[in-house]
Amino acid sequence: MEFKLSKEQEMMQKMAKEFADKEIAPLSQEIDKSHKFPIELAKKMGSLGLMGMMVEPALGGAGCDTVCYTIAIEEIARASAAVAIIASVNNSLVCYPLQKNATDDQKKRYLPDLASGKKLGSFGLTEPGAGTDAGSQATVAVKKDNEYILNGTKIFITNATNAETFIIFAMTDKAKGPKGISAFIVEKTFPGFSIGTVEELMGIRGSGQAELVMDNCRVPAQNLLGAEGAGFGIAMATLDSGRIGVAAQAVGIAQAALEECQRYAMEREQFGKPIGKFQAIQWMVADMATEIEAARLLVRKAAYAKDTQKRFSAEAAMAKLFASEMCMRATVKAVQIHGGYGYTKDYLVERLIRDAKITEIYEGTSEVQRMVISGGLLK
Amino acid sequence: MAELKWKPENCAQCGECVAACPYGALEIVGDKVIIKTTCTACGACVDACASDCLEVIGVEKKLGGAGEHKNVWVFAEQRDGKLSKVAIQLLGCAHGLAKELNQQVGAVLIGHNITKLAMELIHRGADIVYVFDDPKVEHYSTGPYAKVISELIAKERPNIVLYGATTIGRDLAPRIARRMNLGLTADCTELTIDKETRFLLQTRPAFGGNVMATIMSPITRPQMSTVRPGIMKELDADPNRKGQVEKVKVDIKEEDMMVKILQIVKEAKKIANLEEARIIVSGGRGVGSAEGFKVIRELAECLGGEVGGSRVAVEKGWISQDHQVGQTGKTVRPDLYIACGISGSIQHRAGMQCSKCIVAINKNPDAMIFKVAHYGIVGDLHDVVPALTEAIKAAGLSKK
Amino acid sequence: MDIICLMKQVPDTTDVKIDPKTGTLIREGVPSIINPEDKNAIEAALVLKEKHGGKIVCISMGPPQAEDALREAYAMGVDECVLLCDRAFAGADTLATSYALAMAIKAVGNYDIIISGRQAIDGDTAQIGPQIAEWLKLPQITYARTLEVKDKTAHVERLLEDGYEVVEAPLPCLVTCVKEMNKPRYPTVSRILKACKELKIPFWNAQQINAEKSRIGLDGSATGVKRTFAPEPKGLGKMLTGKTEDVVKQLVKHLENDNIINR
Repeated sequence: MEFKLSKEQEMMQKMAKEFADKEIAPLSQEIDKSHKFPIELAKKMGSLGLMGMMVEPALGGAGCDTVCYTIAIEEIARASAAVAIIASVNNSLVCYPLQKNATDDQKKRYLPDLASGKKLGSFGLTEPGAGTDAGSQATVAVKKDNEYILNGTKIFITNATNAETFIIFAMTDKAKGPKGISAFIVEKTFPGFSIGTVEELMGIRGSGQAELVMDNCRVPAQNLLGAEGAGFGIAMATLDSGRIGVAAQAVGIAQAALEECQRYAMEREQFGKPIGKFQAIQWMVADMATEIEAARLLVRKAAYAKDTQKRFSAEAAMAKLFASEMCMRATVKAVQIHGGYGYTKDYLVERLIRDAKITEIYEGTSEVQRMVISGGLLK
Repeated sequence: MAELKWKPENCAQCGECVAACPYGALEIVGDKVIIKTTCTACGACVDACASDCLEVIGVEKKLGGAGEHKNVWVFAEQRDGKLSKVAIQLLGCAHGLAKELNQQVGAVLIGHNITKLAMELIHRGADIVYVFDDPKVEHYSTGPYAKVISELIAKERPNIVLYGATTIGRDLAPRIARRMNLGLTADCTELTIDKETRFLLQTRPAFGGNVMATIMSPITRPQMSTVRPGIMKELDADPNRKGQVEKVKVDIKEEDMMVKILQIVKEAKKIANLEEARIIVSGGRGVGSAEGFKVIRELAECLGGEVGGSRVAVEKGWISQDHQVGQTGKTVRPDLYIACGISGSIQHRAGMQCSKCIVAINKNPDAMIFKVAHYGIVGDLHDVVPALTEAIKAAGLSKK
Repeated sequence: MDIICLMKQVPDTTDVKIDPKTGTLIREGVPSIINPEDKNAIEAALVLKEKHGGKIVCISMGPPQAEDALREAYAMGVDECVLLCDRAFAGADTLATSYALAMAIKAVGNYDIIISGRQAIDGDTAQIGPQIAEWLKLPQITYARTLEVKDKTAHVERLLEDGYEVVEAPLPCLVTCVKEMNKPRYPTVSRILKACKELKIPFWNAQQINAEKSRIGLDGSATGVKRTFAPEPKGLGKMLTGKTEDVVKQLVKHLENDNIINR
């Protein structure tokens, strides 16, 4: 068993780190303040191949492994959690389900643009009444001639404000419950499709979260993704993949918090010496670093599991559960170490703690992760 | 040349040598010290070893005909018929070196209608001025200049040739060095004569200025260096100094020209952003008003630097946001940061504390800024800053 | 167009620190990078290739780990890479290094233009480019801040201290770039994977490039390092006292002595 990064993983890390430090970090506070979707950055990431890293080369991606992917997301998240989730959603929640479930024709039509960043993608599962209880979809899809007519709303959809391609879940057979859910590839320009309320968020501001409104939205039948009724299974498998991205994002946010504390603790002097010379601070920093390392290993193991095993739900859930909760702990500690200054917008940690919270909620709350993990253990 | 040798007898693998090596060329594997290919035999490890395990063994080569090489030359760089400051500074340096060697100072002057500059070179320390005056060499170009100097060196056999480390000197000297198989040291900041060997000791910064290296060219002659402008001290002009002027004859052919100059454009150097500035003069609350920034700007201009401001100055509208230095502004690492009327809150310090040299001017002797300053002046910036500008001008150091 | 790029792997000297106790360089944890101005050279080559078609060969001289830097150059878009690697090259000054690189260029064969960075951030000499040009008897243009090729001629804006000059030289020629020339592109994910999975980088030794033993390595060097030492550490916290006119004079003297401001 090797813990060393391969040559390509090292090179990915170097490139992603440089890109994050030079292109993303200088803009991260402004993105947070303005809440404006960083479309230019998304395009830049696309041109480097960061928006469809794992898509096969024949379809415009790089075909890299999931470990490489998590390394890139972690570095991006270190600079901006919002930009990281934009990339993660595109990679894990849009490209991935297409790679796994789309027909050859659908793949050719959608993946090249998504992989190159020419078009952005979104994943539309969550509804006002369907969060953790994702199975009780209210959006319906009725087959009519060569089309499906979709009616319903989705909320909290990342990238929504700027995406062109949406994976939408809707009920095609209500009687079957979750087994009656189907997945569709919906384009922004389809009649009856519109973006609704744009959310004002606590954190990951600028990630384009908005409501999707389908009002007799007409989707061509050839845009059904997978078979009718396969939707819920597709959603769950996709979320398994997405959670690894979120876990990597959480590690990145926590790493940023740690680096801020390392700097600040040696600059800030009280009682005649840097606060980093006091044990209380030293222990907080030690705990942060240890937990970050543990989370990172869980993320990489989950990534490895996805690449080598048929089922990786448990690994992904553990990584996401631990990384997100640790990220919250770390960012809270980070604000504490910064004291009053950490409570002002002058300091990065004020944003990091706001960014951290969502990692415990989206793509399956910590409670859902615990359900998944225990579900596999107590049969 | 020299080679590093390791003697295992007394070695305790303490690792001091590994730590001392600036090139990462040593590694301890088991009980052996491995010398890697990046070793330059600089001897830093020999100094660091307490147990005498390392030795630099020199392979002595005969100094071929070196005894016949005499005199210290300066390439008298001129542009548009005016001698570059560095050329005059180098004459001052050459004068000292020549004195130690009991030899003379030569100057090589190339251009068109520049023969009149020969007298100025003599007044500034040259004993002999070699002049090549030709329309083909009015503007600097590698080919013809390298040809003239190479032929002159071959004929006259100087001991040392110095060039300014300018866009001309750093283009020209290596070409000549390669042509004549000579050692060349770049961007020297100190030149002395070694007491024993009488070789030129050429000291210069490496690794981005983090390390100083003293270099020698023991075998090849002349020894050549490009020298950083602004370091050497020129001699005062002595109008009574006498010297020789020799006209040089070299046949410059069309194929020697190689590069054609189409246009020369004078342009003030604009920096893209504050992070690139070498010198920043920054104002804070103590400046008091937008008009107050006038003295800050004047000092900055005089030093050839840029203007910065603290968050307070920006928020009060005394200076625009792109000048802000600090936690919510820019992080800068200039060679010189002069903080005027800035208290030095942790937010501001975060943006400038890695500056190479920090000067703080503040009325309050307890201001936090003094904790990170290399030089501090307690006083009203409205008095100190203009006085500083005047002092710089008086010392002849103003860039304006 | 057949383009040759020269590149050096260097320690990131902006990160390098001096150990205050021993006065020596702390190299641990200092990453190795492509010399920044060589990256500008690679970018310039890529722009030329995009415009004129052709191929870019990137040559580097260094220890085996310099292969990583060549992979990065490939991931940026160069077509082929060569590493000059031989114990015999070790300890070379610029004269010996430029000779070896020139012989390697000869071994590569055809080229229309050679592009390198102006100087490396560890040696800081800026001598390699001109010395190679001299050995190959090529026109050289240093301090290039723009580079275009038209009708087998290189057109360059050459940076001067107080402006720039517009120059041209017939191909083949050698150009050294300054960082002002361009913003180097990032490696792409697909090329990173190709660089690791597909790219084969040949290692050439002195024999393979027909290099004369006496001209390479320590033997071929005309300069040698007598000693290395840390520059004088800056004193911290000197308060200057006295009347304003005196205090500012003191400050100016200090700044001049510290080489912070000079003529």
